[in-house]
This record gives sequence, structure tokens and C-alpha cells, in this order.
Amino acid sequence: MRLRIEQRPEPSAQMRIAAPVIATALTFLAGSVLFAALGYDPLITLHAFFVAPLNSINGLSEWLLKASPLILIACGLAVGFRANIWNIGAEGQLIIGAIAACGVGLFYPNPESPLLLPLMFLAGTGAGMVWAAIPAFLRARMNTNEILVTLMLTYIATLLLSFLVHGPWRDPAGFNYPQTALLPPAAMFEPFDYAYRLNPSVFITAVAVVLMWLFADRSFLGYKMSVSGAAPLAARYAGFRESSAVWTGLLAGGAAAGIAGMAEVAGPLGQLSPQISPGYGFAAIIVAFIGRLNAFGIVLGGLLMSLLFLGGETVQMTLGLPAALTRIFQGVLLFFLLAADFFIYYRLRHIPEHA
Amino acid sequence: MDLFIAIFTGTIIAATPLIFASLGELVVEKSGVLNLGLEGMMLMGAAFAFWAVISGLPMPVAIAAGALAGAATSLLFGVLALTFLTNQYAAGLALAIFGSGVSAFLGRGFGSTPIDALKRIHIPLLSDIPVVGPLFFRFDPMVYLAIAIFGLITWFLYRTKGGLILRTIGESPETSHAIGYPVTRIRYMAVLFGGLMAGLAGAYLSVAYTPLWVENMTAGKGWISLALVVFATWRPLRVLIGAWLFGGMTILQLQGQALGIAVPSELLSALPYLATIIVLVIISQNRQMLALHFPASLAKPFRAAS
Repeated sequence: MRLRIEQRPEPSAQMRIAAPVIATALTFLAGSVLFAALGYDPLITLHAFFVAPLNSINGLSEWLLKASPLILIACGLAVGFRANIWNIGAEGQLIIGAIAACGVGLFYPNPESPLLLPLMFLAGTGAGMVWAAIPAFLRARMNTNEILVTLMLTYIATLLLSFLVHGPWRDPAGFNYPQTALLPPAAMFEPFDYAYRLNPSVFITAVAVVLMWLFADRSFLGYKMSVSGAAPLAARYAGFRESSAVWTGLLAGGAAAGIAGMAEVAGPLGQLSPQISPGYGFAAIIVAFIGRLNAFGIVLGGLLMSLLFLGGETVQMTLGLPAALTRIFQGVLLFFLLAADFFIYYRLRHIPEHA
Repeated sequence: MDLFIAIFTGTIIAATPLIFASLGELVVEKSGVLNLGLEGMMLMGAAFAFWAVISGLPMPVAIAAGALAGAATSLLFGVLALTFLTNQYAAGLALAIFGSGVSAFLGRGFGSTPIDALKRIHIPLLSDIPVVGPLFFRFDPMVYLAIAIFGLITWFLYRTKGGLILRTIGESPETSHAIGYPVTRIRYMAVLFGGLMAGLAGAYLSVAYTPLWVENMTAGKGWISLALVVFATWRPLRVLIGAWLFGGMTILQLQGQALGIAVPSELLSALPYLATIIVLVIISQNRQMLALHFPASLAKPFRAAS
């Protein structure tokens, strides 16, 4: 008996769906091996990582609260990824969105105005789009690689945030901590229940998911983007302009990330500090892939990724394990997913050996 | 004069990790493979080299440990990109995230105390020449190693059969396979070499440049190294020049902060990232030059249909 790898006659639709499930299972397996190697009981640790956080209403609220920005950003990014537009600077677009929204919330003349939240929403969206428009312009008009530009802009956004909270926007009554004043209540989403942090911004994410579904499966623009991703030459032949895919892809990601930043600052954070995102912008890239770039998949992927963040925090508090575990799991998950994807196009065949 | 010497030598030192990482990536890309995971491999190199030093191992062993850690990390990318034929962008990103996570995980036990940095060597006689001595002959050995590796890579790529084969594979893996070259095996070697170089770059950062462990201490240097390869239009000498330009900018910015120039330090810190964007924009204008040296099969998976 020998095993041979051979190309499938057609890509396997089942494998396309099975791959994320297999990758998740393998990640759990790799996690148990890692925990065991560190001298922790794998079952107890896996339970602490992936089950215990969801055992309470507060845990469920936190789960959805963290899943929300991940799903939102992943939806935006998936628009671009479908056309092979690689926006990997969503983290920076999130930061800029949060800065703009918080600026409006802090400095709008009437801190009780009911317009405050909608204005912050617009500011966050617009700022995220502007930050993404830079790489879009440079790619569409100047032929510049968007991967590196979006990343460089992320570092610049982080420095801008640091400058603001250490300098002009620092709360004078904040005991010299590098943070802004708290936003007024009218500038924040009111939680569903003050005992927990989940707030109505999850509805924005729900709308984004529906929009993503409509865009990808029901719109001509979405179709055009998929064609330019899958077959650039065919797209050009059909007259689909590459620059419109570039602009659509990047602006969708920028808007989504900007809104996510706004929802963070107007939700759980309530103010700016040097660290406003635990890496949602980067993790959302993985969410988009795990979710197969489609709306329903992204929801599942976002819930899984949110659990990784939540579990990382939980084992840090309960077992004293470092929070960096979350990033290791993220990387491992993506590794396994990419490897499992191989079997969409290839299969192992047993070749009986005849004497 | 002293200030000039400080800026000049500072530039050379700041450029050294960039030279290692981008020359390694240059070889990888010349074989037609794009590994975006430099940042992750550098962090692994930095963490392992630092770990070796605080465990009491001698400096050369520590640096080798860093290089090997980078190579081992690159193997993960190799398996994904070359055996499993995954999208190389995604595999590289996964590597960057993974390396940052694992290095942070390892680094939690490193403490925050600096170590004794890699010693500079005063080359006998030469280092005593006024001006020239302090300018050129008082660096740590890794600086000279970087230059030596530059020479070796240039010679290998353009003066040896092996280099020609590597470049051919980067242009057309199909043709190379038809001629009978083991495309995947050679690409694996290129990826491992790139990992080794990125590991060296990381090791240099943590045991020589800032002899101290800080989470995510590469701070984008891996991504800047990637940009340098594009900036250099895939030519070694231009990588060297680009690295020196960036090193110079880093040092001028640090000098500016030290002199207390009335500009927010964050703005100065943002300069290398801004410069990367500007440089990329300028070089991208010249499509002809890019196309001339661009490895035609870059980032395209290849599997021998046997």
C-alpha cells in the first residue's frame, strides 16, 4: 500500500467547508500538546481556555462583545480579499477610526446632544476610509504594493495615538496617565444591562454581515470583484477595471475597521489610551480566511477567534499562563487552515501494490 | 567630527539587521517565493539568541541559536507554501503572527535587564588610524559578517551555476523542472537560508543593537526589510544602499530626539515608516525597472506534475 497525492478533477466543495473544522480541531489538539508540554493538564486547561469563559452571562456578553469588531472588520476585509486586495492594515484603520470618533465625542460643543453618537459613527467611518484611501490611491494610481503601505500606516496610526494620549488630548485630571478624559454618556452606547458590557453596537455588526452577504452573493459589483480575484485576465477582458476593485476593496475594509474603532471607544473603552485594540485588526484577517470570505462563515470564525481572545485572558487570570498564547493559537489556526485547504484541490489515494 | 563619526557608525550599525534580513529575503524571492513572515522569524531569532545569552551560553553560540531559530521558523512557511502550495501571502502573515506570539511567550521569563552587548573589536593597527579607524574598524563582528554575506550572495547569484539555477527557477519553475532541476528542493533551501538570515537579523537586534528583550522589539523592521527588497528592485547592491539610507534615517531621528528638537518624538519615530511608503511609491513609478528584475514566478505556487 502506498499513498500518493493527486490533483482532484474538481475542487472539493465538502473539503472547502470541512477545512476550517479540521483546522479548529487540530488547533485544539496542538493546544493540548502545548499545555501538556508546559506541565498543565491539557483537559483542564482546554476547559479553562474554551469552555469556562462561556459559563456565565458575563462571559457570553464578553464573547459577543469581542466577536463583534472581529466579524465587522472581517466582513470589510473579505470584500477586498475576494479581489486579491491585501489590506492588512485594518488595525491602523481601527485606531484612526477610534481617534476620530473619540475626538468628536470629547470636543463636540454640546456633550449632551443626541447627535453625538451618529456624528461619532460618521467620523469613525470616514477616518477609517481616509486611512484606507491612502493605500488605495497609491495602489490604483501609483502602482504601489498595498500590503506594505497598509502596514506602515498601522505603525504611523499607533504613533499618532500615542502622541495624542501623551500630549494634547491627555486628560488633565487623569493623574498623568496617558489617556484621554472619559467620554460623556451621550457619546457612548448604552449597554443592554449595566451589569455587563455588551451594547447595541453589535447590531451594526449584524447589518454589516447582511450587507456582506448581499454584496458577495447578490450584487454585480461583488461578482466583478470575485472575478478579478480569481481570474484577473478574464476580468480585464470583460472590462472590469482593476482600480475600482482596489478602491472598493480597501474602502470597505477601512470603513468597517473605522466603525469597529468607533464602537470600541464608544463602548467598552470610553476613552483613548495607548493600547486600544488587542490586535482585532490582524485577527480579523484570520477570521476572514477561516470564514471562507463569506458572511456566514465569518460569523462562525469571529466567534471562534473571540473565544481565543477571551480564553487567553481567562487562563492568564486563572492559571497564570501568558496572554501571548492567544497569538500562538491564532498563528497555528491559520497554519492548519492553509494546510487543510490543500485538500480542496488535492487528495490522497491509496495505491495497492501488486506483486 | 565626533558627531559625524557617531552618525556614520550608528548608521552602519542600524543598517546591519536590515541587511541580513533583506538579503535573505532577496534570495528567497529570487527563487520565486515570497515569505512575508520576516517579522516573525526575526522575533524568533531575537528571542532565542537572547535566551541563549541569559542562559550563560557564549555569544557566538547565542547568535547561531538565533539564526537556527529563524531557519526553523521558516521551515513552517516552507512546508505550507512549498509542500501544501498555500497562498504565500497568507502563509507569511500566519508566520508573522505566530512568531510574534511564540517569542512573546518565551520572552515573558527574560526579565527586563539588559545583557552585555556583543563586544566591538578594534582591528589591530587599522583601528588606530585617526578618523578612518573609528569610522571603519571598530565595529562588532556581525557588521563585518553582514558585508561579507553581501559579497557572498552577490557572487553566488551572479557568478555561480547554483545562482543561475536559483534565478531560473524564480523566472520559470516549469522550464526548470522540465530541464530536470529539483524546483521544490531548491526553493526549500532558499526559504531556509532566508530564515537563517532573518534569525541573524533578530539575534543582532537583541544581543548587539539593543541588548535587551522587549516584546515585539523588531517594531516593523521585518516589514521594512521586505520593502527594501522591492526598493532595491531585487539587486543586492541596492539592498545594501537602501539599508544604509534607512539606517541613516533611524540614527538622524534618534539624534534629533536626543538633541531635543522641538518636534514630538512620535513624529520622529514615524519617519522610517513614512520614508518606506515614499520610497515604495517612487520606485513603483518605474515599472520597467521593476519588471526587469522581478522574479516572474514570485508568489506563484508550483507543483511538479510528475
